[in-house]
Amino acid sequence: MAIDTSQRKDQPESGAGQGLLKGLSVTLKTMLKPAVTVQYPHVKPDLPARTRGVIALKEGNCTVCYKCSRECPDWCIYIDAHKETHEPAAGGRGRSMKVLDRFAIDYALCMYCGICVEVCPFDALFWSPEFEYAEYEMDLLIHEKDRLEEWTYTVLPPPPLEAGAEGAPAAEGGSA
Amino acid sequence: MIDLLAQAGGSIVEEWTSNFWLALILKTVAVMAFFLIVPLGVGYMEHKVLAHMQGRLGPMEAGVFHGWAQLIADGVKFIQKEDIVPAAADRTIFTLAPAVAMVPYIAILVVLPFSGSLFALNLDVGIFFVMAMSSVSVIGVLMAGWSSANKFSLIGALRAAAQLIAYELPLVLAAAGVVMLAGVTSMVGIVEAQESLWYVVPLFPLFLIFMVASLAELSRTPFDMPIADSEIIYGAYTEYGGLKFAFFLLAEYGGIVALSGIAAVLFLGGYQGLPGIPLPDPIWMALKIGLLSFVVIWCRATYPRLREDQLQRFAWLALIPLSLVWILVAAFLKVAF
Repeated sequence: MAIDTSQRKDQPESGAGQGLLKGLSVTLKTMLKPAVTVQYPHVKPDLPARTRGVIALKEGNCTVCYKCSRECPDWCIYIDAHKETHEPAAGGRGRSMKVLDRFAIDYALCMYCGICVEVCPFDALFWSPEFEYAEYEMDLLIHEKDRLEEWTYTVLPPPPLEAGAEGAPAAEGGSA
Repeated sequence: MIDLLAQAGGSIVEEWTSNFWLALILKTVAVMAFFLIVPLGVGYMEHKVLAHMQGRLGPMEAGVFHGWAQLIADGVKFIQKEDIVPAAADRTIFTLAPAVAMVPYIAILVVLPFSGSLFALNLDVGIFFVMAMSSVSVIGVLMAGWSSANKFSLIGALRAAAQLIAYELPLVLAAAGVVMLAGVTSMVGIVEAQESLWYVVPLFPLFLIFMVASLAELSRTPFDMPIADSEIIYGAYTEYGGLKFAFFLLAEYGGIVALSGIAAVLFLGGYQGLPGIPLPDPIWMALKIGLLSFVVIWCRATYPRLREDQLQRFAWLALIPLSLVWILVAAFLKVAF
């Protein structure tokens, strides 16, 4: 089947060589514009709030539900906890709660899928844009909970909602 | 050869010393220094210009200020590399090839005038010498391709040879137009003949043809079929590494300097300045070489590679007839004015 080229509109109606000159002008203009390169080690990059740099743990929010470690595709989250029973002040049954002993993420295994952050029901895990935590030894890439807590100081506030977006739903049970 | 050198007159070196051998050594040192330093400048310009035309910065670290020492660092790296010759290669030819590719461009620099007296040699047959030398370089490429015992090298070398045959003609014809107008063949004579009017004005199409043919002669984009790295690795230079490869690179950038210099002499009035701008003659020549080298790099940043058949078709069906027509025009200009 022959292709009918007579209807084609993408052919510019210009004389021979105009495309060549246009090409030259594009490269020349690009040269005169400032380069987009960021001189990284000298200049820190300006990263957006949703950058997946490192995962931070806000320990106070963690209820040791193990959802993150169970959902983790490569099992790089290690959680140890024990149960404590708090005797009520006056009568009634003792209140049992879990206490976090260890929370560690092995960044040598982590593939930055972010499922743990998504799945966390109590906002204990956050993305931080920090990315400079390379190590000379592999076991140093296992960040224990104190180090994960430090990453929370670098978490950026979430970007504002887009114009016309629905507001975030109020948390169940109202304000506490 | 000694006879030719003895004819050299009017060079600034002769004013300093009348000793033939001392003058010879001085000139040789000057030409070699020029050949080893200026191509590095052009190479650095290529790094930077290409980078900025692509929105990048290019080398920024070597030598602290905007990576000025990048090419020196590259050279040091090349020296440190192991000198590998493939087992099946023809060792003698393989080793000789980089020199054969490089020497012709040194020879061209010998006759390049930087002022009425600042040159190594003012040959009476200057432009013939230049044209002859500029086509010798491809023999080095052919030697490299044949002796490498590598099919990619061989294809690259044969492409280079085919390209040279096709583009040598328009190059020579464009130069012939200038020689007809000037009436002399010595490089200084051609520059002096342009005192009132640079030949780029009456012979603009020939200037374009000369620049295009120069690009092809140097295997520069968009005519870099002989080293088309996406299809034949690096053409004739595929098997080369270390210092030998560095010599080929030096030949490429030396070639840019040499052919920019020739184009400046033939069409842009060589060391002649524009009226009203008082600059020393050598500065004018350097500026013109720099400008034309920039254009060569600019083309590399802009145009994609031609296909082999397009390249041949362009030379034989467009450039050669056009240059023949403009030689007629040059003849008309010569008779009419």
